[in-house]
Amino acid sequence: MSAIHIPILRLGQPYRSLDTQKHTLPDGTTLEVSVANSGLIRRDLQNLPRSAAALRAVPAETLAACMEKAADLYLNGNLPWGDDPARLQSPADYAAALSQLTGLPHSLGRGNMAKVHAAMSNIRAVLAGLTRGLPPALFDSGVVEQDGLAVNFFPQTNSLGVLLPSNSPGVNSLWLPALAMKIPVVLKPGREDPLTPFRLIQAMIAAGFPREAFGFYPTTHDGGDTVLFGTGRAIAFGNDTTLKKYAPYRHIQVHGSGRSKILIGDDYADDWAAHLDPIVHAISANGGRSCINCSSVLIGRNRDALADALARRLAVIEPLPRDHPDAILSGFANPAMAKGINERIDELLQTPGAVDLTAKYRTGPRLAEVHGQTFLRPTLVACGDLNHPLANTEFMFPFASILQVPQAKMLDVIGETLVVSAFTKDRAWSAELMTSTNIERLNLGPYTTMRVQWEQPHEGNLFEFLYRRRALQGDLVAV
Amino acid sequence: MSSKLTVPQASAALDAHTRQMIKWHFSPETGCDYWLKWARSAGWDPRKEIKCFADIAKKFPHFDDEVLRQEQPERFVPKKYRGRPFNIFETGGTTGMPKQRIGWDDYKVDYEEYSNHYGPKFFPKGDWLMVGPTGPRRLRLAVEHLANYRGDSCYFVDLDPRFVKRLIGSGEMAMARKYQEHVIDQAATIMRHRKITNMFTTPRLLENLAERMSLVKAGLKGVFVGGTTMTPQYVRFVVEEVLEGKINFAPTYGNTLMGLAISKKLTPADNYSITYYAPQPRATLRIVNPDNPSELVPYNEYGRVELTTMTKEFFVPRFLERDEAIRRPPCSEFPWDGVGDVRPFQSLTKTIIEGVY
Repeated sequence: MSAIHIPILRLGQPYRSLDTQKHTLPDGTTLEVSVANSGLIRRDLQNLPRSAAALRAVPAETLAACMEKAADLYLNGNLPWGDDPARLQSPADYAAALSQLTGLPHSLGRGNMAKVHAAMSNIRAVLAGLTRGLPPALFDSGVVEQDGLAVNFFPQTNSLGVLLPSNSPGVNSLWLPALAMKIPVVLKPGREDPLTPFRLIQAMIAAGFPREAFGFYPTTHDGGDTVLFGTGRAIAFGNDTTLKKYAPYRHIQVHGSGRSKILIGDDYADDWAAHLDPIVHAISANGGRSCINCSSVLIGRNRDALADALARRLAVIEPLPRDHPDAILSGFANPAMAKGINERIDELLQTPGAVDLTAKYRTGPRLAEVHGQTFLRPTLVACGDLNHPLANTEFMFPFASILQVPQAKMLDVIGETLVVSAFTKDRAWSAELMTSTNIERLNLGPYTTMRVQWEQPHEGNLFEFLYRRRALQGDLVAV
Repeated sequence: MSSKLTVPQASAALDAHTRQMIKWHFSPETGCDYWLKWARSAGWDPRKEIKCFADIAKKFPHFDDEVLRQEQPERFVPKKYRGRPFNIFETGGTTGMPKQRIGWDDYKVDYEEYSNHYGPKFFPKGDWLMVGPTGPRRLRLAVEHLANYRGDSCYFVDLDPRFVKRLIGSGEMAMARKYQEHVIDQAATIMRHRKITNMFTTPRLLENLAERMSLVKAGLKGVFVGGTTMTPQYVRFVVEEVLEGKINFAPTYGNTLMGLAISKKLTPADNYSITYYAPQPRATLRIVNPDNPSELVPYNEYGRVELTTMTKEFFVPRFLERDEAIRRPPCSEFPWDGVGDVRPFQSLTKTIIEGVY
């Protein structure tokens, strides 16, 4: 069968590049992905005002309805694979191809599809959460009345650039609301997952979004920088190095390592055995690939007992074939990355003060080459203190540290943390947690860090990132 | 620079030129201090043992360009040229002592041949603009000579690639962008206020300039570029969009040690893949196996670029460039091997800073 070709979308217009990346699909078909040179992207970005105008021409209410329709198409529809409209991709094709390219088992692929679908189908709730209840009409005129006052917001950009990762398709849910807010997107897909953003775009175009609103540019690092610096607001995913590189630029929001944590308060410390499930889930769900996966557990007492029980639970999670319905672990698309992580952990374990507790319960070594893929088995490391290099880090598989830290000191030592699940009902400590500037998202109670509520912002508030309020006074008859 | 010779005739001409140049560089009456001393320490006489070009690969080791940093330039002056003031040209470089090469007329010969290759229709009569590295580089004099040789004049906007590399290497991306804008601002100003017909620049600067204005509407007729990797997609983008399919485009591959390799005319069959041909016999490019540089790679396979330069002014045997390319067969314009789709050596496994240069 001839190759499938995913084109560049030059603000909606398909373009076949002579530079391509090649992948092999489960049935042996070659998947070619066009790669854009940075100059091509820069030229297209000059046309973004037209893209913004195309979105502005559609009422916000219609866009919300289109997003809801697109949710269904994304989850259940047959959509173009690439630039040949006759070759359609079923949801099963998509899940299998996604697994082939990223290593995600089908079960997690479907889980991510459900997550993205939920973000789209709940778009009105998402917008209400981001705007604190302002009506979608805000995006039509820029003005709504609230408590008798004209409230005016205006876009700070004519586009949102996004450098997407490959590790978890669910992160695509972050940029979707921008379209409903009438902001065009310029996407650089991750190398191993061009499928998800392309399928989402196809679903949205089929549902009625103007095609000019979508820039889709598989590209190089140079092209990625072009996206980040050529759009008025941009989001990048990456590690601490990425964070440092883009930190000086206020228009770029970097989603770096989450270092999400579970803090077990003294009121739950003796009752830990009743709450193992959310902890195991927080560490292992989505194959441990998300920034909201827990990477450290802190408890004021009973650390060893909790650690032993957790290690036993994590150690039984075994690599399974990608199509196994119970598969939890993801294979690594790049086996060298798995080997590098494994070697790094072994090297850091040489620093005194850390023990791999899962090692004695696992049925094999951490690095496993089975079922035609390379996996890392879940790993729990007990650390003596937070200064140990493995104590506050994260890797792209179910990995966590566990430490005994007095409750009173926890907030002093956690550092910047994307999600904290604080297992507590302690009113005084809850008040301290509420005022901590290190916590981006806070769950109070025995909940997994993976808990998502659509009305709540994820990491930063996209609406506040894209729009700004200004005073609007005088005669508003023409508004 | 294109040739009417057949492949065997071109090969014979190269062998004859090789014997002549070896005699020149290794005879005490004509050679330079550096090579004469080298031959004494090597313990063999190239005049006796080099009978053809193939012997160069058999007998000479790879030239180490570090000597161009370490040796005083005077040591490369052929005895016959003593007393003639020379130009000192530097390679791109980054920091520290640059590599230097001396010369007299080579750059004029190279660029006159280049000019003759492209007739008056390709680069119509009119003034030139060079936007790129000037300073201590051969290129600056060469481009001006090219314009003058064609009866025209040349404007210049400088770009310091060492500064750009330094900025990028230290993560100063914002400053690098400002510097690039500064360069493009100057070029755009010249374009708006003077009648520029032809241009030399780097591909990256060309596309930046085209983001400011339509180069077709600005009156540009011919563009000559060099200095960085161009994939087929990149070439297509430049031809179709930057130059709007209406401006003549002449990509070149070259450096201070070699001179200028011309690209063969693109045909639809090339699918925008560029092939360069060295100014043989003065310089020869071979594509060699990186693990065994004595051996050529088969046609249409990637290998490392090896340069041999043989002029009366300069002798460089078997210099391994920091580039790799596809070995391409002779074509109707050039009866010797070409190098296709040049890119930095091991660029698929290493991070390369090319910057705006």
